[in-house]
Amino acid sequence: MKKLLKYLKEYKLECVLAPLFKMLEASFELIVPLVVASLIDVGISNNNTGYIYRCVFIMILLGFVGLISSCTAQFFAAKAATGFSTNLRKDLFAHLMSLSFKEIDGIGTSTMITRMTSDVNQAQTGVNMFLRLFLRSPFVVFGAMIMAFSIDVKAAMIFVYVIIVLFFVVGFIMKTNIPMIKNVQKLLDRVMLLTRENLSGARVIRAFCREEDEIQDFYSSNNSLFLAQIKSGRVSGLMNPVTYVIVNIGIICLVYSGGLSVDRGILTQGQVIALYNYMSQILIELIKLANLIITLNKAVASADRVADVLDIKCSQDIISSDENKTDDSVVKFENVSLKYHDSSDDALENISFTVKKGQIVGIIGGTGSGKTSLVSLIPRFYDATEGKVSVFGKDVRSYTINELRDRIAVVMQKAVLFSGDISSNLRFGAGDISDDDINEAAKLAVATDVVDSKGGLTGKVEQNGRNFSGGQKQRLTIARALAKKADILILDDSASALDFATEKKLNKNIREIDNQVTFIVTQRASSILDADMIIVLDDGRIVGIGTSDELLKSCDVYKEIYYTQFEEAKHEK
Amino acid sequence: MKNKSTYKELFNRIKPYFLLIFVSLVFAIITVTITLYIPIKIGQAIDCIGVKTDWEKLIPILLSIVIASIGIMIVQTLMNFVNNKITFSVVRDIRNDVIKKIESFPLSYIDSHSQGDIVSRMVADADQFADGLLMGFTQAFIGVMTIVGTLVFMINISVKITLVVVLLTPLSLFIAAFISKKTYNMFKLQSEVRGEQTAYIDEMLSNEKVIKAFSKEEDTVERFVEINKRLKDASLKAIFFSSLTNPGTRFVYNVIYAFVGLVGALSVLSGSMSVGILTCMLSYVNQYTKPFNEITSVITELQNALACFDRINKLLYVESEVAETEDAILLDNPEGEITVENVSFSYNKERMLIENLNLFVRKGQKVAIVGPTGSGKTTIINLLMRFYDVDKGKITVDSNDIRDLTRQSLRKAYGMVLQETWLRSGTIRDNLKLGNKEATDEQIIEACKKAHAHSFIRRLENGYDTVIGEDGGGLSQGQKQLLCIARIMLSFPPMLILDEATSSIDTRTEIMIQSAFNQLMEGKTSFIIAHRLSTIKNADIILVMKDGNVIESGNHEELIKKEGFYYNLYNSQYGD
Repeated sequence: MKKLLKYLKEYKLECVLAPLFKMLEASFELIVPLVVASLIDVGISNNNTGYIYRCVFIMILLGFVGLISSCTAQFFAAKAATGFSTNLRKDLFAHLMSLSFKEIDGIGTSTMITRMTSDVNQAQTGVNMFLRLFLRSPFVVFGAMIMAFSIDVKAAMIFVYVIIVLFFVVGFIMKTNIPMIKNVQKLLDRVMLLTRENLSGARVIRAFCREEDEIQDFYSSNNSLFLAQIKSGRVSGLMNPVTYVIVNIGIICLVYSGGLSVDRGILTQGQVIALYNYMSQILIELIKLANLIITLNKAVASADRVADVLDIKCSQDIISSDENKTDDSVVKFENVSLKYHDSSDDALENISFTVKKGQIVGIIGGTGSGKTSLVSLIPRFYDATEGKVSVFGKDVRSYTINELRDRIAVVMQKAVLFSGDISSNLRFGAGDISDDDINEAAKLAVATDVVDSKGGLTGKVEQNGRNFSGGQKQRLTIARALAKKADILILDDSASALDFATEKKLNKNIREIDNQVTFIVTQRASSILDADMIIVLDDGRIVGIGTSDELLKSCDVYKEIYYTQFEEAKHEK
Repeated sequence: MKNKSTYKELFNRIKPYFLLIFVSLVFAIITVTITLYIPIKIGQAIDCIGVKTDWEKLIPILLSIVIASIGIMIVQTLMNFVNNKITFSVVRDIRNDVIKKIESFPLSYIDSHSQGDIVSRMVADADQFADGLLMGFTQAFIGVMTIVGTLVFMINISVKITLVVVLLTPLSLFIAAFISKKTYNMFKLQSEVRGEQTAYIDEMLSNEKVIKAFSKEEDTVERFVEINKRLKDASLKAIFFSSLTNPGTRFVYNVIYAFVGLVGALSVLSGSMSVGILTCMLSYVNQYTKPFNEITSVITELQNALACFDRINKLLYVESEVAETEDAILLDNPEGEITVENVSFSYNKERMLIENLNLFVRKGQKVAIVGPTGSGKTTIINLLMRFYDVDKGKITVDSNDIRDLTRQSLRKAYGMVLQETWLRSGTIRDNLKLGNKEATDEQIIEACKKAHAHSFIRRLENGYDTVIGEDGGGLSQGQKQLLCIARIMLSFPPMLILDEATSSIDTRTEIMIQSAFNQLMEGKTSFIIAHRLSTIKNADIILVMKDGNVIESGNHEELIKKEGFYYNLYNSQYGD
């Protein structure tokens, strides 16, 4: 929570002015009982009608000045709150954008989205309410006490006792209630998760005839939620009645001791009424405060969640490197190992290889053998746990991230397009290039017919490219990468939805690009038959490097992959 | 949006809790009465104070206030308990009904509606409804009671003052209405911009890896900042102008308060009222205006709650799957003879997908379905499992029309692995046990070994007890498929459906799993959809589908000899 306070810095003035005007308004309210007291003591006792009119006029005037102050306060509060959330959202978004893949995996997309949207909104409401009311309430409570002191010290002592008792009671109720509210939230998340799962897994659940079990599961989670809500409601439901009775007992003491004082001529009747009015004001404020506290609790919980995300540091630093030797390697792995989590097994183990200019490298292996992990290290999506990855002779960690990634174009497994038009998608990595260049890239990616079928470069792309089929999306994402004209191209199983003829054409086109190193990750041996170098992975280790022909002689795993896919060929040979 | 039926539904919802509501209302009446009674007593007490304080009268009055206060505390606490109980019970009931409904949704509904929307009705809308309901019970009811009660008490004391109050109150309502009308457009703008921003956040964060791969972070943030600024302006306006309501109405009440003071003081001067009664009146005015302020906000809240309630109810009104007949037959250990007779089916009326399909599968036959995307392969599975009902014709299992069978027994008869893997949050073991609740650890490990999932599971942090996130988060697509296959291996189904079950698994592992499948399918009727033709070559019947029709059928050799569609398809994959 504290961490987020800096987002209010820019609005220091507003943060001071808003409560200040609120206090001003409250002070005017606090004067009203005094006016009523003198209306009774002076106006009525002396039968002075003129004085009564004046008092009433003053009361309306106080109300009007109160209105002006209050509106001013609302303005500053709204300005500070929206400013706060705007700055926070911007920083949070930029922060999320700066994280490395490791952290993104750890947080998860849906969490990031909730933090950005509903949590920031809750925090904004919290700031707004806090500025508007939170300072007002204690001010009224203590102000009423001070006003009481100005009337009569003995009577004011009753205020002191009442406030102390209230402080402890309200504090106790809040302290017990906050963990309960958090618990309710947790159980509600569970209910949400179950609902989502029952929708996304409808087919499987029905295929296994699990409907009844699922309903029972849900019932029991829902019931825990219910019980937690009741429990929490019981505690928060005590707030109003308890404060009410405490304040009323205070009033009784006040009237009793007031009776004694008036008897002795220390106080007037009007003054006792004023004291009573102050006590009533305390009650009203406390009830408001109680409602506010629930809002604030939610806001603080949200703010904490946002702060947690902001606290996550990007795990990638730029290291300084004095090596500047330019050997002719483009990509070089030296004894590289990768672990995703400290406790898990190595995803990659002791990988070493060197790729030279213009080479096409095929990477093949079974499911979970580490193919994607391997290529992810080149643009530094992840950092190697051990060993060194170099690009153009320099450790990848010594480049700035942009410098490094500008030289590399990646086509990921999952084909993603952004809403906009085809042109904006294809220019995504390349920036300002001519339409001809884009068309050229589309042609290389065998995507010209896709572009044409959607009405050319200005063809609309809906969110997540949902108006394109899987194969169309794949070809466009390949075109997007090609348009970038990077030194290194990585195709991560990105032709899986293409038919064999199209893939062949694509491979041929890629081969014709000069001076580009290309990595092709695939499960199909046919995609990489003519690669200059094939890396065969099994369980995170390299079990073979070489051309297809060499590997067919030396590498059992490759042989197996090859012959399961070219059974016919085997029979023929 | 709200009509009679909404209120009727609401009525039905709270009907089971009538007794509690009645108790709550009684408590509310007691609370309001005592709350109004206390100022009278305090007024009387103040009248006793004077240069000669009348202690004999004062002490009993004070005692009665003490008793009344304690009474109100008890009653109010109980009332809060009861209100909580009513509200949360109603919401729990609704949520339970919704999940039950979800399990009986026709698949067509789930397939064609946004899941996020349904989830938000279940969670957010139900919560909003609960809040509104609780506020309605606690504040609106008490508020109205207080207003009515105060007016009654005030009329009893002074008609003149009551008149002042009643005449001036509409002013505050007018102000509130004016402001809410003026701010409506501002709120609309705010939610529009917010919607735009959320969509942007959603798209960018979901695909953050792509953005990073192209180092487009800065541009992305730049555009975000632009939307963010517009949101700020819209929010500031909406929040500020709407927050003027309270100060505005409060000013009106201050004026009323002053006027009551004036009229009261003049009445005291004319001798028609005591100072104590004036105090009492002034505190009534306070009590009377407070609920007005609250009621304006409660009304918005209630309207919102009803709208939410409506949205939830729409879910409950969705037509369920066609109910089973009373005498639905239990399919027990079927032989597995399946016929498809003259079946036609379409997802939407405009485009017929399957027309007049006929098929006869003998017990134990292995049926493969191949064909281009959109040719209706998966649709056949949907029909066989009765996720969708045929439009025309019929499908039988062991000569029973599947519409005469209980859904449960029909579906239990099939083991199904789909291309779309679905795993739930929980441990690996929980997920595997979906296939067979009673499976022992040995059986689980055995099945995983067969599915070649054991080795990767063993390497996970906590082995079989590793908790995986929603939708198998953290596992690769291939690993997820292996788990789904292991799940089926545990359930020993009499018939089998594999829809691209090994599409994300590498060919080498696939072949190893294939042998396990062959073992599992031994003597069982099975349906296989695969785009890798190598996996289906030994099927008894291969159906080649195109545009919803079976255009060729036969075994591999026959189809190759035919040199038709299948022949071409096969050669495109394996020829050269």
